[in-house]
Amino acid sequence: MSTFFQQLLNGIQLGSIYALIALGYTMVYGIVRLINFAHGDFFMIGAYAAYGLYYALGRLFGAGNPGANYLVLFLLVLGGAMLAGGFAAVTANRVAYKPLRDKPRLSSLITAIGVSMFIEYFFSALPAIGPSFRGFPEVFPKTIIKIGTASVSNYVIIDVAVAATLMVVLTLLVKFSKVGKAMRAVSQDKEAAKLMGINIETIIGVTFLIGGAFAGVAGLLSGLTYPRIFPYMGILPGLKAFIAAVLGGIGNIPGAMLGSYIMGIAETYANAANSLIGEGIAFAILIVVLLIRPQGILGEKTADKI
Amino acid sequence: MKKKFIAVLLTVLSVSLILAGCSQKTTEIKIGGVGPVSGEAATFGQSTKEGYELAVEEWNKAGGLLGNQIKLIFQDDKGDPTEAATVWTKLISQDKVVAIVGTVMSKCSLAGAPISQANKVPMISPTSTNPKVTEVGEFIFRACFIDPFQGTVGAKFAYENLNARTAACIFDVGNDYTKGLSEFFRDKFIELGGEIVAFEAHATGATDFKAQLTKIIAAKPDVIYISDYYNDVALIAKQARELGYTGPLVGGDGWDSPDLVKIGGKAVENGYFTNHFSKDDPSPQVQEFVRKYEAKFGKTPDALAALAYDAMVIMLDAIKRAGSTDPEKIRAALAATNIQVVSGMISFDKNRNPIKSAVIIAIKDGQQVYQTTVNP
Repeated sequence: MSTFFQQLLNGIQLGSIYALIALGYTMVYGIVRLINFAHGDFFMIGAYAAYGLYYALGRLFGAGNPGANYLVLFLLVLGGAMLAGGFAAVTANRVAYKPLRDKPRLSSLITAIGVSMFIEYFFSALPAIGPSFRGFPEVFPKTIIKIGTASVSNYVIIDVAVAATLMVVLTLLVKFSKVGKAMRAVSQDKEAAKLMGINIETIIGVTFLIGGAFAGVAGLLSGLTYPRIFPYMGILPGLKAFIAAVLGGIGNIPGAMLGSYIMGIAETYANAANSLIGEGIAFAILIVVLLIRPQGILGEKTADKI
Repeated sequence: MKKKFIAVLLTVLSVSLILAGCSQKTTEIKIGGVGPVSGEAATFGQSTKEGYELAVEEWNKAGGLLGNQIKLIFQDDKGDPTEAATVWTKLISQDKVVAIVGTVMSKCSLAGAPISQANKVPMISPTSTNPKVTEVGEFIFRACFIDPFQGTVGAKFAYENLNARTAACIFDVGNDYTKGLSEFFRDKFIELGGEIVAFEAHATGATDFKAQLTKIIAAKPDVIYISDYYNDVALIAKQARELGYTGPLVGGDGWDSPDLVKIGGKAVENGYFTNHFSKDDPSPQVQEFVRKYEAKFGKTPDALAALAYDAMVIMLDAIKRAGSTDPEKIRAALAATNIQVVSGMISFDKNRNPIKSAVIIAIKDGQQVYQTTVNP
């Protein structure tokens, strides 16, 4: 049991990354009832944007030297990842999803799969990116901190801190800002929201922007913690985050967070219990939960769908 | 006038016929060589071709084979199994080679091997590691050790050279290569008297290995055996170091990439992996081969060149010992091989897979450094 605390930390860190991706899935679903399968690719774009920015502009802030300004460097790549992820999401919405808004939902779903594949193959065809693995830079020095028997790096702490901060910001934004109010209104009743003078397309755009930016941040954090990036890196985390969103109740923001941490922690303990079928155990939990509560843990019909 | 012309013509004809007959009698022994000099594995094929050429040139300078010169007929399989089947058929039915040395990729060797077997043309693949290749039949051999063998050698190295008494393994559950390596490592390590304290799998494509590593590190192994490919190894090493593991890491030839250090950085220091060949191996055979190869091609040889050279030498040596080009005799001679080649002393087991030594390469200051040679 000496590893219990260490595994909990491992699970929370994994869950934080899932949560950042799952939020985008759930917000977009809440507002346009679309499962945006390209969401995992915004994650990948965020990672590559951070990578590119670090090598293009990092030198100005002393990247790689001992006296570098690490805070500025981190904020630079963080900003880059957010912008790139958000921009990619907004573009995908404009180009591929908006024209199909009033078409059957299956069309948008298939389009989303198409967008996902397009992004993956397009990126691996670009000579500057290519299909092979790249090592992600250590943006700031890694230190290892001992907490009792557990051992964590400052990267893990930053993962969790950034995810927690963003989730708080998002909750406040949705609850108390005017845009947040509009988002909730659109998710509850589009027609009524329109009649109240809300520009639905703008609100949908904002939702995509936030979701994409969060995925971009997740890409950066993932690149930092698991320093290997490639054009298909978004598929698996994207899929798991999607499952986490469904587990928590898709369309529900606290649900996505809860689902992600459950997924992260369950996966970690399951892999520790028996690594041969660990992944399977995590998904078995999902099936059981969905059998009991098909709408997800927090996905009540009366709950705010966003 | 006309008669004279015909007479001259006849003379010329008969002379040329006699000459042709003579040249055919004292001709060369034809050996087929196959490698992918174009396509996705083009650099592998180029090294392989050069390895063949160097071996044949040396033997010819030393007097050839059974009193004849050796003629290498090289064919490009383009890394494509269909193409491999075509060139195999061409070598056997048109060129009438006595033996075939080839090819690099297992899928291509698997396409060629049944044709060799059916026509009873002895074949040796330099670098196809898939166990199925030699399972095709008794005429098919290989010069490289098969994948799982590396696990055996890795265990021996960990136990004897690193003095490890407890070990843990981590491998990709969806990949036979890495699974096989870990299983063979485990079996050999236990056989030597060691203890396996954790035997952990991970999913294909996983990036987070902390759950398994936490469990492994809690069991306090002296060594962790990582049988994955370099990009997973780099991530696993980083996470193991983050979780506080400082001991040695051991693995197989899946580690052999410059990207291992690029992604893994300092985490892969104190790492060791098994490989077929190292140009820094101080053994006289290796150093002589490196010198000759550099003199002929102006570059340092890689493992593919060394194994291609070895495969060719093994085949030529077998024909020499067989004393004829009779396929059955060559096959028997191949099976009885026991010679020193560049990549070590080589003999074949009953499945026509080699029993030979492996080199251990260490990662030191971001460089691959020859560590030692381990015999099975």
